[in-house]
Amino acid sequence: MALNIDNIRSDFPILSKEVYNKPLIYFDNGATTQKPLQVINRISEYYLNENSNVHRGAHYLSQIATDHFENARKYVAGFINAKSHREVIFTKGTTESINLVASSIKGLIEKDDEIIITAMEHHSNMVPWQQLCINKNAKLRNLSVAGDGSISLSELKDLIGPSTKLIAIAHISNVLGTINPVKEIIEIAHNNGIPVLIDGAQAIAHVNVDVQDLDCDFYAFSAHKAYGPMGIGVLYGKESWLNKLAPYQYGGEMINTVSFNITTFNELPYKFEAGTPDVAGALGMESALRYIDNLGIDNIRSYEDELLEYATNSISKLVGVRVIGTALEKTAVLSFVVDNIHPFDIGTLMNQLGIALRSGNHCAQPLMEHLKITGTLRASFALYNTKDEVDIFVSALEKAINMLS
Amino acid sequence: MTIKERAQSVVDEFSMFDDWMDKYAYLIELGKELPLIDEKYKNETHLISGCQSRVWLHASYEEEKVSFTADSDAVITKGIISLLIRVLSDSKPSDIVTADLSFIDEIGLKAHLSPTRANGLVSMIKQMQLYARALHIKNS
Repeated sequence: MALNIDNIRSDFPILSKEVYNKPLIYFDNGATTQKPLQVINRISEYYLNENSNVHRGAHYLSQIATDHFENARKYVAGFINAKSHREVIFTKGTTESINLVASSIKGLIEKDDEIIITAMEHHSNMVPWQQLCINKNAKLRNLSVAGDGSISLSELKDLIGPSTKLIAIAHISNVLGTINPVKEIIEIAHNNGIPVLIDGAQAIAHVNVDVQDLDCDFYAFSAHKAYGPMGIGVLYGKESWLNKLAPYQYGGEMINTVSFNITTFNELPYKFEAGTPDVAGALGMESALRYIDNLGIDNIRSYEDELLEYATNSISKLVGVRVIGTALEKTAVLSFVVDNIHPFDIGTLMNQLGIALRSGNHCAQPLMEHLKITGTLRASFALYNTKDEVDIFVSALEKAINMLS
Repeated sequence: MTIKERAQSVVDEFSMFDDWMDKYAYLIELGKELPLIDEKYKNETHLISGCQSRVWLHASYEEEKVSFTADSDAVITKGIISLLIRVLSDSKPSDIVTADLSFIDEIGLKAHLSPTRANGLVSMIKQMQLYARALHIKNS
């Protein structure tokens, strides 16, 4: 089914803004997406009519807030096809989800154990593991990234050894757009008895995520990169794994009983949700995921693929432009460099022309080093972007290159 | 010319352009006039931290006045540092340290730069004033 982009755009009022007297072209969706009215209205509806703390006071509003909060959790569970809503932990976002696992798994990591990541990881899926390894005298192993932005499964098999305790990898690279073969990776890992954490930050709004089909042990994502509010995200974990992990933070709903000497902890998922949760955020996330569901993630995927192909072909015609990340399996992210021109120069001029891009190292300094570049420009697309916008972007890019060469 | 007079001439020049794209084109031109740093100083010691693009800055002291040379791997950054050098270079250290730099706000430069770039601008100014202060102490 083709998407009706005009209708979709009318759901996102911010897209009709002007910046520096130019129509805004928002191509920084990899950083955060804009929010539709459905999400904005759901959040204000909560604060207007439902606000109350959840799971606590036995009064009318608290019951409504609790029901809606737990329904949101169930909706998220359905969206990623989790077996049970108990496997859905609300967090602040992808970064916190990964930090939660890295912190709570500490007791299971010993000296000389190994954790495997890839060279394309965002700092958020690298530094928590690096610090855990430093802490436990364990080793961080790095799967390399080929020139086209892909990884090799045979290299992964070589890296895996008897000491490997975990593999953490991005579903989709935030810099290269590569869709990693996570299902195959998980199969290889499981054949060796190794759990896998998937950083799904760049995937959740763009490809179908089915945690049972993937068979991943952990899957982390943020709402704000999928048309939802900032400050809330999810850690999916298999129940068997979540039961094995120690609590992450203490206090509030995660506690069952407390005496002066001992505390018993609540069951899943509450064991990992200390303090008052972001209820409005959870409801906003539910609305955002419903928005995606109504359009159909596969329709979104094919529309964005078409847009990416169009944009890639268009900028490739410009002299000096080199696309970074040309793996066969990629989506929604177009990173590029221009020969002899600094990404910041282009980013500055593009900004002046109303085009929101990201320039720099994209929180992936090891990858930049690996690819021997100082940084890239990144256009990242969402379901509301259009070919017309791509055309304006390409002519602006041409203008910027002419000014700078 | 005093620092204040030089700053005023920059403000006057920038007021000739309405469109910021023209101002950027002018900054790119100014970058080409930047008194380039000697290649031997293009090292870690002379790199200004806090800039997203790389900027090297060198200061020398002669006849009680400080002069700057610089370079950057980004063209617009070169233009910005060229502006700063034009206003501040060839001045007494005490004048550099106490200089009124409101011309940067007046030409709207800071407001038009992304926050990371604006931080870089602040780092450049700080570094120039640090050099001036150090050279003043060393030579007094």
